[in-house]
Amino acid sequence: MYNKKECVAMLLAGGQGSRLYALTKKVAKPAVPYGGKYRIIDFPLSNCVNSGIDTVGVLTQYQPLVLNDYIGNGQAWNLDRIHGGVHILPPYQTAAGAQWYEGTANAIYQNLSFIERYDPEYVVILSGDHIYKMDYSEMLRYHKEKNAECTIAVIDVPIHEASRFGIMFAHDDGSVYDFVEKPKEPKSTLASMGIYIFSTATLKKYLTENEMDTTATKDFGKNIIPALLQNGERVFAYRFEGYWKDVGTIDSLWDANMELLAANVDLDLYDSSWRIYSNNDSAAPHIIGKDARIQSSMVTNGCYIDGDVEFSVISGGVTIEEGAKVQYSVLFPGAVIKKGAVVEYAIVGEDSVIRENAHVGAAPETIEEKDAWGVAVVGQNIEVGEGKAVAPKQIISESI
Amino acid sequence: MSYNMTNVLGILFANTHEGSVPELASKRTMASIPFGGRFRMVDFPLSGMSNSGMSKIGIITRANYQSLLDHIGSARPWDLSRTDGGLTLLAPFGRNTDTGLFRGKLEALYSCISFIRHTDCEYTVLTDCDLVINPDFHHLVDAHIESGADITAVCHTDEYTEEETKDASCFKLGENGRVEAVAINRAMAGRRTMDLNIYVMKTSLLISLVEDLVSLGKYSFSRDVLQEKAGELDIRAYEFDGFYRRICDLDSYYKANMALLDHENLAKLVKSERPVYTKDRADAPARYGFNCSVKNSLIANGCIIEGVVENSILFRGVKVGKGTIVKNAILMQDTVVGKDCCLLNVITDKNVTVNDGQTVTSAESCPLYISKGRTL
Repeated sequence: MYNKKECVAMLLAGGQGSRLYALTKKVAKPAVPYGGKYRIIDFPLSNCVNSGIDTVGVLTQYQPLVLNDYIGNGQAWNLDRIHGGVHILPPYQTAAGAQWYEGTANAIYQNLSFIERYDPEYVVILSGDHIYKMDYSEMLRYHKEKNAECTIAVIDVPIHEASRFGIMFAHDDGSVYDFVEKPKEPKSTLASMGIYIFSTATLKKYLTENEMDTTATKDFGKNIIPALLQNGERVFAYRFEGYWKDVGTIDSLWDANMELLAANVDLDLYDSSWRIYSNNDSAAPHIIGKDARIQSSMVTNGCYIDGDVEFSVISGGVTIEEGAKVQYSVLFPGAVIKKGAVVEYAIVGEDSVIRENAHVGAAPETIEEKDAWGVAVVGQNIEVGEGKAVAPKQIISESI
Repeated sequence: MSYNMTNVLGILFANTHEGSVPELASKRTMASIPFGGRFRMVDFPLSGMSNSGMSKIGIITRANYQSLLDHIGSARPWDLSRTDGGLTLLAPFGRNTDTGLFRGKLEALYSCISFIRHTDCEYTVLTDCDLVINPDFHHLVDAHIESGADITAVCHTDEYTEEETKDASCFKLGENGRVEAVAINRAMAGRRTMDLNIYVMKTSLLISLVEDLVSLGKYSFSRDVLQEKAGELDIRAYEFDGFYRRICDLDSYYKANMALLDHENLAKLVKSERPVYTKDRADAPARYGFNCSVKNSLIANGCIIEGVVENSILFRGVKVGKGTIVKNAILMQDTVVGKDCCLLNVITDKNVTVNDGQTVTSAESCPLYISKGRTL
């Protein structure tokens, strides 16, 4: 038996993030870069450690190489602990055979023995899809106060967006009486954030029952939560107020980066009382060259910038040569923008090269057909050749 | 030749040359002087040793070492938190016979002779912390063994000014780069071979030199070993011809920082295959405001810039307000400059606050230093 923990977190990081297309060809969604020096998984991991949760299982399946390497022993997030710390949990073989993770509930079910090692009263279920800062210990306090079996974090969303989420219906005391996954005509604006706290015994019971049901899709939203409600278990909604952004699509990922550049950002990355940690390489500070012009942007260590940059988020180790122009764009680590190239309203993947005088993306006002406009995407480790163009909304995953 | 770099001990002297930069070293060791936007001087030799495969390193410190302890922590950033060896801080009063006031390197080494012996390494590399340099220690040790010398001293031959040689040693070299004579602290302008104070020798030789000479009341490595024994021992020069800068006063500190604004210099110093590591502090990327203007500057993470910055070095967490002009300046960690200020040719130490509307300027050849924590 390991040291007992009150609460352990299970972070679902196995998703492909297929709606990010070329950006998740070689990495799992939680490992997608964000905000210059972060990857999406930094947010739930940092939230855990800042909330006093020091034991985190990270469930991986799709393209885990970058993610495994990035998490390492967890030291960057203060999660290299003698008891607990961060553990990568890939699918494994047992005497009964081998099975991939089939759905979120099944992934946790296959790792119940990991949870049991720490004998926790509570289990926090998290996903690696969102950008937000949240104190899970506040939510746990609420869970205990309400004597709940399951607490679901919810956020008020505009009614026209509600059909994209799992929508909860709660009484004034916070108790949930109904739940609809992605309703066509939403009647409530309380969206599930995909963050659950379970009392461990309840979690085990429902996961095990769900496994017995051969027709189930083995998913928290589709199976576990409805089953809890059906049986009249104490399920509560915990209202979260603050910045919370799903970054599961090209547009939302680009938006979330651009929001960091707004004058009044809701997400304060400079707040030392709730730091977002990341596993940094040891690059030198960045150089802004003699010919550079830069404004309204974020730039990370290791860059060399001698071109024009505005309204852009520049990750570590990026080179922007003299005479190149970058605006309203997100450049992932190691991207190179050669002389005379223009990158606008675009996301450029890791280590990709935009050659001389190439043109990626376009400003919406220059496009006549509104529907033809969108963020241009250059995938990971490819080249856009000299003078070549990537149209707005185009996504390329091979060199051109 | 059967050795590997884990069999080479590194000894760093954290405090030597502090007298040459009294402003910067008043509250810290030479080793913990901030440099180049995010580093401390000790990062250069430590990273170099770690990248060269050395895994047993001791830092000898004498006084004022709080900032050094804070910086080093568990030595994890340099990959020197090891089960076996790693980084050991050798503080004074390590034994009850210590006075804590060693006069020179030999006495300092004598105070930790049991540590040196205990590491059981065949070779030892000694270095100071006054160089901005990224040497390949593996190559140095190879060259030492190849030559069969007793001691190999790293040096650089160049045109030097009186200022640069006044507190340095210069070698007169004979055949095969053998050191024949050593001139110590003689201000002599001209083409010289300057001692960079990085030495490699067999640990057994080091131990016997230290024990013999200390028992005779001698303490100076430069004078009592290099100079006195130049005839008796085979001391060879190892010419280092990569990028480096030596900090010998505030002026050279300023110029060495500014040298990194040249992209090529920075690339030579911080090579991707031999990175320079430092303590991380989880800063967000630097943020450039609307209508700011930044040119020819080195900017670290965590900076927030709303004004004009030119030819300057901004360490982590520096803030520059709207309408403010910063030129030819070095602003250390967490310096906060308010709105409508003007800073010309200044060096601010950590946590300096410049209130709105202040003007602080100095002549171009003489940067003004503002000490840690001051509010203007």
